[in-house]
Amino acid sequence: MDDALWAFARVSGLVDMVLLTGSVLLGILTRSGRPLPALPRVSLMLLHRNISLLAVVFLVFHVAPLLLDAYARVNLVDVVVPFLGSYKAFWQGLGTVALDLMAAVVATGLLRHRLGRRTFRAVHWLSYAMWPLALAHSVGNGTDATSAPAVAAAVVLCVAVLAAAAWRVSAGFLETADARRGGARRDWGRP
Amino acid sequence: MSVAGPAARLHIDWTMCDGRGLCTELLPEALTRDDWGYPLAAPGRVRARADASNVPLTGAELGAAVDAVKLCPLLALRITGP
Repeated sequence: MDDALWAFARVSGLVDMVLLTGSVLLGILTRSGRPLPALPRVSLMLLHRNISLLAVVFLVFHVAPLLLDAYARVNLVDVVVPFLGSYKAFWQGLGTVALDLMAAVVATGLLRHRLGRRTFRAVHWLSYAMWPLALAHSVGNGTDATSAPAVAAAVVLCVAVLAAAAWRVSAGFLETADARRGGARRDWGRP
Repeated sequence: MSVAGPAARLHIDWTMCDGRGLCTELLPEALTRDDWGYPLAAPGRVRARADASNVPLTGAELGAAVDAVKLCPLLALRITGP
């Protein structure tokens, strides 16, 4: 039984890393205001939201089995307080910090209309800290983190997020960037 | 617009709006976009420029308008009475 819990937790962790990456990429795309050829802005926004909530579900799938697993020796305090773990405390702690940040980002996301734009945005920016922490946790803590497929996956996710971040800070990032710099008129891809 | 007038109005807070374009996707009959991406009341929806921040909505558009209010990334929209 413990083997099954352990395997389940590990796979959920890997899946969650992919979901978190998808969430960050979709968040950046959403922020640009650009639709995709097959997906309007509204759909991208809902996809960003739903993939993020799915990432929360898989984080539960990642952490809950470890609480039940006698071998992992993770307790409830370790889930929220970083760097107290009995195995690779530092790398596990990075995951704990990422979990805490995710809780803050999700809670403020759900309460966006009550909190207002400033608070929402300030906390939402923590996502950019959460993603590298989660990746570092998975590489530093993962049982198979040094295996070729895991390293390749980590590199692919890293390149994707770095490319998106570079695009995010580039001058032409916003859909409206050209027009607002005094460029040509556009029809905004109206069907 | 029906003879009875609009079912409600969509109030656009221009101090918040950044022209991301979600509301114009959800309400294509009521809103268009200007050259910089900001929403505008569709031609014929408002009589005077002065009322351009309170776009009249039909009853059929109310659901989409509620979605637009919920999804607006800048929290710039509100539904007000007719």
